Amino acid sequence: MKGCAVMDKVKSLDDLRKMKAAMQNATELREKGQNIDKLIEVKVSMATCGIAAGARETMAAMMDEATKRGIKNIVFTQSGCMGYCHSEPTVTIVRPGEEPVTFGEVKGKRITEIFDSYILKGELVDGIIPLSSKSIHD
Amino acid sequence: MANVRMHVLVCGGTGCTSSRSLEIVDALRAEIKAQGLAEEVKVVIAGCFGFCEKGPIVKISPDNTFYVQVTPEDAKEIVAEHIVKGRKVSRLLYVDPKTTEHISDSKHMDFYKKQLRIALRNCGFLDPENIGEYIARDGYMALGKALFEMTPKEVVDEVKKSGLRGRGGGGFPTGLKWEIAASYKADQKYVICNADEGDPGAFMDRSVLEGDPHSIIEAMAICGYAIGASKGVVYIRAEYPLAVERLQKAIVAARETGLLGNNILGSDFSFDIDMYYGAGAFVCGEETALIRSLQSERGEPTSKPPFPAESGFWGKPSNVNNVETFANIPVIFLKGAEWFASIGTAKSKGTKVFALAGKVNNVGLVEVPMGTTLREVIFDIGGGIRNGKKFKAAQTGGPSGGCLTEKFLDTPIDYDNLIAAGSMMGSGGMIVLDEDDCMVNVAKFYLGFTVEESCGKCTPCRVGNKRMLEMLEKISEGKATEKDLGRLRELAGIIKDTSLCGLGQTAPNPVLSTLDNFYDEYLAHVRDKRCPAGKCKSLMQYVIDPAKCKGCTMCAKVCPAGAISGKVKEPHVINQDKCVKCGACFATCKFGAISKR
Amino acid sequence: MSGCCDGNVERYKELQAYIDGLPDKKGRLIGVLHKAQGIFGYLPREVQEFIAGALGLSVAKVYGVVKFYSFFTMVPKGKFPISVCLGTACYVRGADDIVSEVEKILGITVGQVTPDGLFSLDTLRCVGACGLAPVMIVAGRVFGRMKPSDVEGIIAEYRAKAGDSEKDKACEGVCCHG
Repeated sequence: MKGCAVMDKVKSLDDLRKMKAAMQNATELREKGQNIDKLIEVKVSMATCGIAAGARETMAAMMDEATKRGIKNIVFTQSGCMGYCHSEPTVTIVRPGEEPVTFGEVKGKRITEIFDSYILKGELVDGIIPLSSKSIHD
Repeated sequence: MANVRMHVLVCGGTGCTSSRSLEIVDALRAEIKAQGLAEEVKVVIAGCFGFCEKGPIVKISPDNTFYVQVTPEDAKEIVAEHIVKGRKVSRLLYVDPKTTEHISDSKHMDFYKKQLRIALRNCGFLDPENIGEYIARDGYMALGKALFEMTPKEVVDEVKKSGLRGRGGGGFPTGLKWEIAASYKADQKYVICNADEGDPGAFMDRSVLEGDPHSIIEAMAICGYAIGASKGVVYIRAEYPLAVERLQKAIVAARETGLLGNNILGSDFSFDIDMYYGAGAFVCGEETALIRSLQSERGEPTSKPPFPAESGFWGKPSNVNNVETFANIPVIFLKGAEWFASIGTAKSKGTKVFALAGKVNNVGLVEVPMGTTLREVIFDIGGGIRNGKKFKAAQTGGPSGGCLTEKFLDTPIDYDNLIAAGSMMGSGGMIVLDEDDCMVNVAKFYLGFTVEESCGKCTPCRVGNKRMLEMLEKISEGKATEKDLGRLRELAGIIKDTSLCGLGQTAPNPVLSTLDNFYDEYLAHVRDKRCPAGKCKSLMQYVIDPAKCKGCTMCAKVCPAGAISGKVKEPHVINQDKCVKCGACFATCKFGAISKR
Repeated sequence: MSGCCDGNVERYKELQAYIDGLPDKKGRLIGVLHKAQGIFGYLPREVQEFIAGALGLSVAKVYGVVKFYSFFTMVPKGKFPISVCLGTACYVRGADDIVSEVEKILGITVGQVTPDGLFSLDTLRCVGACGLAPVMIVAGRVFGRMKPSDVEGIIAEYRAKAGDSEKDKACEGVCCHG
């Protein structure tokens, strides 16, 4: 689930460009189809601050919840810290074809709430964190 | 059940809730229910939008309408017009101050987003343990560009043109540093990454290492190509186990992928990176001390010159940059030096990451373009002061910096302005202090840190700072006189002038800056034997207000010193001679009858 | 705490193997000290002498480096080491009150170990969890947004844990595995 485990060696700039394209495609493929259509991506922020606030437990609980509910089109990954120390643990969810949404203080009952509303139906719940920064790509 | 077709997001940040945003939520929900739309439209409380000056904020999605300064009374109109009829309520839309036009779609009002992520561009967006995700986001393309399209000299020139300055504290121009290191001839040179983040309260470097380790590897390789070094060394804090682990994994992955090692991408350039652990010594942030520590010696600084660029690690030319500086490098090559130099102020280009902490609502890492004001950082992004208290100062630059008071709130933050204001950029810790913080105590905290961390090599720092700390202790115990304040200032000046390295030279800054900005508070301590903030325990008294005391005896029961007396149902009194100021009574009283004085 | 079998021989072997595996011995002292502290839990005099011998350095040099860096300790830690963060963010939110509360309850000061070997107390500078300030760490677990009144319960929890594991040990009846 963590992308390709063994990377081929890149021996030239051209190789690197090809790998970039392949990696970008891999993400798209995951979203658009092959065997799994409509993949939901869940990124749990796992830097020291997030882990101190319980991000590992959150990740485990969310995976359990997905198994319990028999949701198969879901993939969990870890990411670094977005800087929202005030609301850790934070989780960013990308529903197929939609903008990413970041949820703060995701633990305990909030997890079932997020599954019930957002993951299953695309309905937002209280405590989402609005993106308040520009990226270098804008 | 019908699907929700529309979301109404109401800001639940502290700034907005204090201007009744939660009442807006109730009003909107009631109105939506009354219109029979509860199944289709959902009202959600969101976190801070970072635009508190125009709060409360209401955002409607999917059409991205952004309403500002909304009141509960507006709920009816928003529902009736926008939600039912699809007509935007123009009087509540944000007015662009430049064009005076109403802006309805928040996609077109990115300028309200005060943060710009360059160093933190990937943090939180990719899996740090997956090199593929980094490559998918243009990773190692900057290295490719440098290796195949540019000469080492052009790489150095590009960095010079970008105007990037060292983010570790000093603000030395990075390109110039590279140029000097490149100018020396040697059989071996080193690129050193200073990842020994020591400022208590700054953690951006850790965040980059944990969230985007490959950006550091790529930048170090670019630097190696530019200055002619084939070896990189990361000096990393052992107290950051997760950062150590992620960087280690990233280095292995880069090697396996052929992005570190011999003949990178088929070029003539070879480069590899080794990791060395720090062991908890703040002085090792100073580059000559860092190099001694890399060589497994006591981390005592040496005098400069020779600079590391001439004689560094094992006596070879070495270039030392810190993590955040390196994190900016790939972007300079991807977007161009002109783009980078277009951000920021005249002499400070790009962005700066701050670890915003202390008495502020939204504690976190923020990255803003140079030139952003302190007010924007603390009151917009930071959401203002906790518990509605009054802002007193922001401390920047850690133990080497100073305090910025209210009068500097609208000063654009850059290297030179902060120095002019009596502080410094430092590595980016920004601690917000409120009316409850005693400035003598804050100065004492930082000086206590320096005294503990002084390496002991030179006398001004080893002995001088200790004497200053003793003076501050005397002041906070009410045993000092006005004369001592003069002596404190004098000693501070001597230490600044005569210390060997940056640690000693800047150690008196927190004292000087608080003396300059909060002289009254020092005077209160020495003249009136009073601590205005009520922090200095020796000067503080707990007192019982006889009008509020019900005589419940709880305080007398919890007092460990037997200092409280009084009859049941009659006001109690605290015997100040016996009181040890533990605060147990204060915490126990249910009637708010006990106060600090 | 030396039980029925002496795990130290194994520990010295592990350290020796690490030193033997180094590509060169120049400038490796700090790395070796990190490894040794990881193996032994602290750096007593004998370990320093061993390292000096193995790297061909004087004991004084090794001792000088150990004393210089705050990460290295010559005192063994408790079974449940307690660290209170005294970074600026924690400090302005009252971390010093947490330190005094721990000191009061355990009857030790910073840098000491309780006589029963269960707890040791240290302060550290910024773990980077400033959003949770003030922060206390007990045996690697982070407790955030601490109030002095929380300390007693947390310590009691670990005391109870220690009691349980004592019982377990009695049941096992076999010796430790070093």
